[in-house]
Amino acid sequence: MRAQRVGIEVSRAIAIAAKLANVDVVSAYPITPQTHIVEDIAELVANGELDAAYIPVESEHSAMSACLGASAVGARTFTATAGQGLELMHEVLYIASSMRLPIVMAVANRALSAPLSIWGDHSDVMAARDTGWIQIFAANGQETFDSVLCAFRIAEDQRVLLPVMVNLDGFHLTHMIEPICIPEQSEVDKFLPPYQYPLPLDPDKPITMGAFAPPYIYTETKKAQQVNLTAAKEVILQCWREFGDLFGRYYSPVEGYHCEKAKVLLLVMGSFSETAMSAIDTLRGEGKEVGLIKLRLWRPFPFDEIRRAVRDAEVLIVLDRALSFGGPGGPVCSEIRSALYNEDKKPKVIGFVGGLGGRDISPGGFKEIINRGIEISQTGSEQEFEMFGVRE
Amino acid sequence: MEKYAVFVPKLVTKRENFAPGHRACLGCGEALAVRLACKALGQNVIIVSATGCMEVVSTPLPYTSWRVAWIHTLFENTGAVASGIEAGLKVMMRKGECPAKEVNVVVMAGDGGTSDIGLQALSGALERGHDFLYICLDNEAYMNTGIQRSSATPFGASTTTAPAGKMSIGQVTWKKNMPAITAAHDIPYVATACPSYPFDLMAKVARGAAVHGPAYVHILSVCPTGWRSAPDLTIRIGRLAVETGMFPLYEVEDGKYKLSIDLPWLRPVQDYLKLQGRFRHLSEETIKKIQNRVNKEYAKLKEKVA
Repeated sequence: MRAQRVGIEVSRAIAIAAKLANVDVVSAYPITPQTHIVEDIAELVANGELDAAYIPVESEHSAMSACLGASAVGARTFTATAGQGLELMHEVLYIASSMRLPIVMAVANRALSAPLSIWGDHSDVMAARDTGWIQIFAANGQETFDSVLCAFRIAEDQRVLLPVMVNLDGFHLTHMIEPICIPEQSEVDKFLPPYQYPLPLDPDKPITMGAFAPPYIYTETKKAQQVNLTAAKEVILQCWREFGDLFGRYYSPVEGYHCEKAKVLLLVMGSFSETAMSAIDTLRGEGKEVGLIKLRLWRPFPFDEIRRAVRDAEVLIVLDRALSFGGPGGPVCSEIRSALYNEDKKPKVIGFVGGLGGRDISPGGFKEIINRGIEISQTGSEQEFEMFGVRE
Repeated sequence: MEKYAVFVPKLVTKRENFAPGHRACLGCGEALAVRLACKALGQNVIIVSATGCMEVVSTPLPYTSWRVAWIHTLFENTGAVASGIEAGLKVMMRKGECPAKEVNVVVMAGDGGTSDIGLQALSGALERGHDFLYICLDNEAYMNTGIQRSSATPFGASTTTAPAGKMSIGQVTWKKNMPAITAAHDIPYVATACPSYPFDLMAKVARGAAVHGPAYVHILSVCPTGWRSAPDLTIRIGRLAVETGMFPLYEVEDGKYKLSIDLPWLRPVQDYLKLQGRFRHLSEETIKKIQNRVNKEYAKLKEKVA
């Protein structure tokens, strides 16, 4: 393995991943904190280092729409967005998944207005939760880079043919310079075969794409989509296994850190899990039986893996970086609670919402969350969930 | 027009790429326009359809009326989808990932999908200079959803969201000038057409597909359902739209205006309006207002030609 380990901004590494994947079309609209990704791709194209069409569209709605067109003729297609941009794309996201167009998109997760915030949280992607995309959360630069390469392979697998979203925290990841192993082109070529879309738009073999469905057939199309997305998990697992065999880094839908004999577990998504690890180390040092669960695969939801990972714990504390207003807490916590509800053996689930709009949570903060979570599990709370670090 | 001899019809292909059996209304001018456009475009085409009448009447799953490659995704994004198709094909051909051949990328969208909700995506695609043809099938309102006004609805027309009543004449704004808006993008080819002039329409669609860069053809499509007109008058009403100067036929090639029919005099607009229920309520005074506006606009167009 002649991979090169370089210090590089994570956004930049994503652009290199797109280049190594030899993408054909990139269509994007600028939005902070996604800009570095697409700027770098535009530069690679301008310098002749990547032979691709870069379409500088006039909105995110058009960015995703141009991706639909490119993908429908069989082009390997990539885009990136964040926050409001993802929301403007919203209706187009459904088209990509429902028409089985394997577009890959990096989402530099950002809070939603109002008030305007360019900083990170998961409100944007949680609003796009049910769009039928495969959704992966990366915790660090290397994971992000690897996830983008894997995303093409997963999306374009003939058994899948679904769009994939790689989520990385705005600023906390996009603007970090990290040591990242960048493989050689030849290694990537071994992992990622050339793209062959089975039924592209082609004048020589005319097909009708995107016909409308009267009530007698709509439900069947949605059932097929559900079966397809759920079944994609096996392909994702296989892809990650093969990626690990080739590159030495193995991934799984749910990853544990010091979960052995842990009575208390904290579940986090994205880059915050790295900070939470420090808190776990400290608490373990103090003799507390605590562990961390990192949820990498958000869609398709890894029911079995989650159930197995938390079964033996007494308390599961879930931190959401998004808020379901007037609801039961964050969307991650709700889903985990519902996944565990019918289990005989399950931990108590305590929900926290924090890290909104770029508000940092320090290792000390995670310690507080864990301690407060344990307290709530014993004495209860007057609220359905608690917001961490909020000034009342 | 004089170049079309009586034998021309025999030269037109008999092949119907927009197959019969679709579910358009009786006397639909838009279905006729699509049929003629498809004859002009031939087989080597990918059609990008907006949501609207033509999409709905032609593709109820599992059926299709399209014998050419066709895609529909959303209402307002055809300009962008066509951009992706054109750019994708071009780059894949360059990289040898698909066989190199000429493929015409053609959008078909209604007046709502063009002059209202899809205007931004269209403007973006024209500005970026993608090699594609955009056909606007203008029936002057949101007919698919039940005759709601659009920015292409003419002054004085009654629609369900701008109905004529005691306090209103219906539409109180003048029809948005889409050909002028597209021509302002300095694209190589803009034209207006109407299926009442079938050979002119086919020639313009073929021209639009052949030019390199963006082209725009705006087709007035009589809608008996929405215009409250007799289905057997579709062709005549289309002709009257042109002969009254309500909808002049012209081309803008590389910025140069050319009238397709140079009318020696304009028929009174009343001849056109009186055949349509949507204008039935208009007073003489309003009709005069429309007449003045048409005279003025036609004179402006003549100036551009000169």
